Amino acid sequence: MSLLIATTLDDALAALAAGARPIAGGTDLVVGARHGKAPLPASLVAIDRIESLRTIDRSADGGLVIGAGVSHHTIETDATIGAEWSALADASALVGSPATRHVGTLGGNVMNGSPAMDTGAPLVVFGAEAELASAAGSRRVDMATLWVGPGRTSAAADELCVAIHLPARALRSGSAYLRLEYRRAMEIAVVGAAAAVTLTADGAVGSVRVALTAIAATIVEVTGLTGGSVADVAAAAQAAAADQATPISDLRASDRYRRHCIGVMARRAVEAAARRAAGETIAIPVNRAVGIGMAAGATS
Amino acid sequence: MSESIDRDLTLSVNGIAYPVSVDTSRNLLSVIRTEIGLTGTKEGCDDCECGACMVLLDGQPVNSCSYLAAQAAGREITTIEGVMDGQELHPLQRNLLEEGGVQCGFCTPGMIMSATALLARTPSPSDEEIRIGLSGNLCRCTGYAKIIAAVRRTADEA
Repeated sequence: MSLLIATTLDDALAALAAGARPIAGGTDLVVGARHGKAPLPASLVAIDRIESLRTIDRSADGGLVIGAGVSHHTIETDATIGAEWSALADASALVGSPATRHVGTLGGNVMNGSPAMDTGAPLVVFGAEAELASAAGSRRVDMATLWVGPGRTSAAADELCVAIHLPARALRSGSAYLRLEYRRAMEIAVVGAAAAVTLTADGAVGSVRVALTAIAATIVEVTGLTGGSVADVAAAAQAAAADQATPISDLRASDRYRRHCIGVMARRAVEAAARRAAGETIAIPVNRAVGIGMAAGATS
Repeated sequence: MSESIDRDLTLSVNGIAYPVSVDTSRNLLSVIRTEIGLTGTKEGCDDCECGACMVLLDGQPVNSCSYLAAQAAGREITTIEGVMDGQELHPLQRNLLEEGGVQCGFCTPGMIMSATALLARTPSPSDEEIRIGLSGNLCRCTGYAKIIAAVRRTADEA
């Protein structure tokens, strides 16, 4: 096996064009290879030392551009992301362990394409786009176009995800991501839900988006939700999420259990997002604040 | 400058440069243990779950079982052999012994590396922050309370 440690994006894209596969923290690729899921590619290009992939920049329209090489640790501790795109911080704070979060990246999580990825549902409710680059140029795709099946994306083999673009946050809006988990570290979502809520001036829900984790072949968005009181919208999200989910049974949970719990997660995500939209500060990750995965006797 | 690695690389472990010649698919844990000969870092699950293989890479915790050795070239690796000050135990080592946070000892090196990274980042952690800092490390002996007490004591002494 050969490894190129790239320090510029151009070098990395040239290596991809010549057939190499990218590696950042290796938390999916190396672990998968050691499991026998897929052998390590014969040619790898390490992209974790490309500084331009590790920046977080405010865009001209008030949105945010997060480099694909930004780690979960950076996301969970970034003040801007925590305040304005809280659901993404909620998600990154739940990934793996401190070690996983230091080497694991947003781009890796997105491009691994797992239907159980934690950052995926938050990106969908924000209307995020992935920027894919190759030696021939770059393009932006929305998340629903990017993911085409478990572990599969619409990116070509020579395309590298270089950044995630988040639109500006609306006034009186808030977001949250919740995950059902059996333990609080090194865990994969049993199910999860993200919600982004924008309130009207009188405190009702003006618009809402909800996306679901680990209940279909990809991250999916709940359809048919409209505004109303927070309680009514939360109840509608619970019913719609349970109705629209197409979960499987596996060793982690039965399909019936997933269908029930995804409704509960969706309702709680809407409730938490609405509280944040109203100006309340709920600590990252919101999972702990609502009592999921709290240590016995813990008070924070 | 981008650098292509086929077999030969140099790993800096505890401040010492070790030239090694290995297949680039080798994980960092196996190179540290069998090529460099530092066996304090343990192989537990070999699956990125238990944290026995935890080392620091430029000061940040990494599961060395699931990290390519070649990707660590040019970075500073710290293992349990690198935490003592001469013949003096590191305060975390001393407090783990005094609090009874060591039984079989197999998880201890990984626990110490995670706790070292935690205390460097958060010198006065809450108990919750200690739990999160050690959440990637499993122990089947102690029940964790005494390990958390040892980290607490180390932070309080500093």
